[in-house]
Amino acid sequence: MMDFLLLAEQGLNGLQLGVMLFLMAAGLTLVFGIMDLINLAHGSFYMVGAYLTAALVPMLGGFLPALAVAVLLTALLGLAVEVVALRTLYRRDHLDQVLATFGLILFFNELVRILFGPVPIFLNPPAALAGTVDLWGLKYPAFRLAILGTGLAVAAGLWLLISRTRVGMLIRAGATNREMVMALGVDVRLLFGLVFALGCGLAGLAGAMAGPVLAVQVGMGEQILILTFVVIVIGGIGSIRGAFAGALLVGVVDTLGRALLPATFRLVMDAASANAAGAAAASMAIYVLMALVLAVRPKGLFPAA
Amino acid sequence: MTRSLLALTSVALTSALALLASPVLADPLKIGMITTLSGPGAGLGIDIRDGFALATEHLGGKLGGQETQIVEADDQQKPDVAVGLASRMVERDRVNVVTGVVWSNLALAMMPTLAGGKTLFVSPNAGPSQLAGSQCNPYFFNVAYQNDTIHEAMGKHVQDAGFKKVYLLAPNYPAGKDSLSGFKRYYKGAVAGEVYTQVGQLDYAAELAQLKAAAPDAVFAFYPGGMGINFIKQFEQAGLKGATPLFGPGFSFDQDILAAVGESALGAKNSAQWSPDLETPANAKFVKDFKAKFNRLPSMYAAQGYDAAVLIDAAVKGVNGDLKDKDALRAAMKTAKFDGLRGAVRLNNNQFPIQNVYLREVVKGPDGAVTNKLAGTVFTDHADAYAKDCAMK
Repeated sequence: MMDFLLLAEQGLNGLQLGVMLFLMAAGLTLVFGIMDLINLAHGSFYMVGAYLTAALVPMLGGFLPALAVAVLLTALLGLAVEVVALRTLYRRDHLDQVLATFGLILFFNELVRILFGPVPIFLNPPAALAGTVDLWGLKYPAFRLAILGTGLAVAAGLWLLISRTRVGMLIRAGATNREMVMALGVDVRLLFGLVFALGCGLAGLAGAMAGPVLAVQVGMGEQILILTFVVIVIGGIGSIRGAFAGALLVGVVDTLGRALLPATFRLVMDAASANAAGAAAASMAIYVLMALVLAVRPKGLFPAA
Repeated sequence: MTRSLLALTSVALTSALALLASPVLADPLKIGMITTLSGPGAGLGIDIRDGFALATEHLGGKLGGQETQIVEADDQQKPDVAVGLASRMVERDRVNVVTGVVWSNLALAMMPTLAGGKTLFVSPNAGPSQLAGSQCNPYFFNVAYQNDTIHEAMGKHVQDAGFKKVYLLAPNYPAGKDSLSGFKRYYKGAVAGEVYTQVGQLDYAAELAQLKAAAPDAVFAFYPGGMGINFIKQFEQAGLKGATPLFGPGFSFDQDILAAVGESALGAKNSAQWSPDLETPANAKFVKDFKAKFNRLPSMYAAQGYDAAVLIDAAVKGVNGDLKDKDALRAAMKTAKFDGLRGAVRLNNNQFPIQNVYLREVVKGPDGAVTNKLAGTVFTDHADAYAKDCAMK
């Protein structure tokens, strides 16, 4: 029934969704692990990245320069938000942080609606990546392949940054034992600012690359945020490696669930109820995965400490 | 996130003269506008609200000659929030009419509360089969359509165009089920696949890969709002555009979506009870004024919001502005002569419209904007399939 090519395509789809989630999860898990800050507004930076890219394409005349500038601006915006709004929250408890960053979501959604209007806006992939590429007989969307490549490159870059540089060492140390790093006289303010900006830049990159595939609209950040939280809980909070494994796992399980479950249900029941039950089961798949992982490893797959 | 704005309509500064001239100095007409104003579904709710506001403005700020207050509330596209707002509107705000609802699952959830409070519920969009058939409700009026009918029109068109193997997709919620059953009521060929996806789904790569493998000769997809944008973009990027014709109801190709997908949707045939180029005097003025006031093209949701205000206006006129007697207002709405943007529309025994459904095509307008153009009439004076199950006369 399901031939090999189709399965390979679904595997690629799963990986592509996974690396997209990884870009979101990497920033969120670092901020949570190192700064002990629950940042619900992480999705807002994803939205800002997408909107900035869409707005900059006509100005800069190309997708790539627009993407680069948008990512940079999103990181700077993140830095500004950290200084203005979040710095005072580090010592407060998590509920205060949730309330405050939830407020930021409302703020950014309204701001974007005022600036760009309520109707979703237009962003297409660059012409060179608009079509499909032939992978050994499998026709795959070129832009999705580009997302997959970019995501893997960013993952490699982050791994180098974190395991091979001095900043990376501080980040790892911060994720393992924050108090000790502060006691050793590291400028935590600067470190926190950098980590936050890095996370926002990655979210902006995810948004910019999602723009040509998804609707660029107010509220797009909240949709992906829920999946991102699932990823970091599965991966283990504060761990980049965990975020990577969790993201790929969620991407593949979600995609294969949607592809295979309805067909599987059709083997045991009539088509109409199989379609409905399969769809319902597919939308539950990642949460079942999360529950299973937590039952076996309550701190996630790769806990930071 | 529960925001509520008490928005007095634009003509709050009514002159003393106009006040003296009005026939009854009763309480103001209060309208509860419960719609989706935040999140990914907000584009639809905002269009309904703005369409309603434009109609109110055209009627001089007074629906049925009564001072009109609009109480606005955001349902966040969540049934539980909508039910909470409905009971607030009934008990605290004591509104005469609730309108604004976009989503069928929310309409179903709100219905018992509103009927319990004898509050009229005028839907500018959601028209679930349940409320059209055996569970039809004297307090529920729909000015737009019964969900199935728009999809029935597309089923008939696809059938008449000679397609034999069609792949069907819709979100997994009441209107999604209505959609595919409506389509299949008139399309008699083979179904290559029938897929229900999660409401609000972002990524359709898995579904598109299955679709490609099934090799259908046409695709019918019901994806309103942001889901439609995601689907149309990804459909094109998967190399399916041009290879496999894509059909849908108007919701999948309406103005809110066209602005975001641009030329990806050009040529797509879709069905609706309204089109921006529908030739009625009221419609031309509506399209022009909406563009001028809100700086964007109106969607069918905006047109439906407009018509909701027109129906309420007619009902309040029918009771001469006396809002005390709730049953009289309801009776007046049922018999109201309702002359909206589509011309005269008659309500059936189940209080859903009997109307024409048109075929539209996505084209590039003279000003370069991508929009819909009429391409024929699929149904004339079409009634929905559930009215016969409704006990109301």
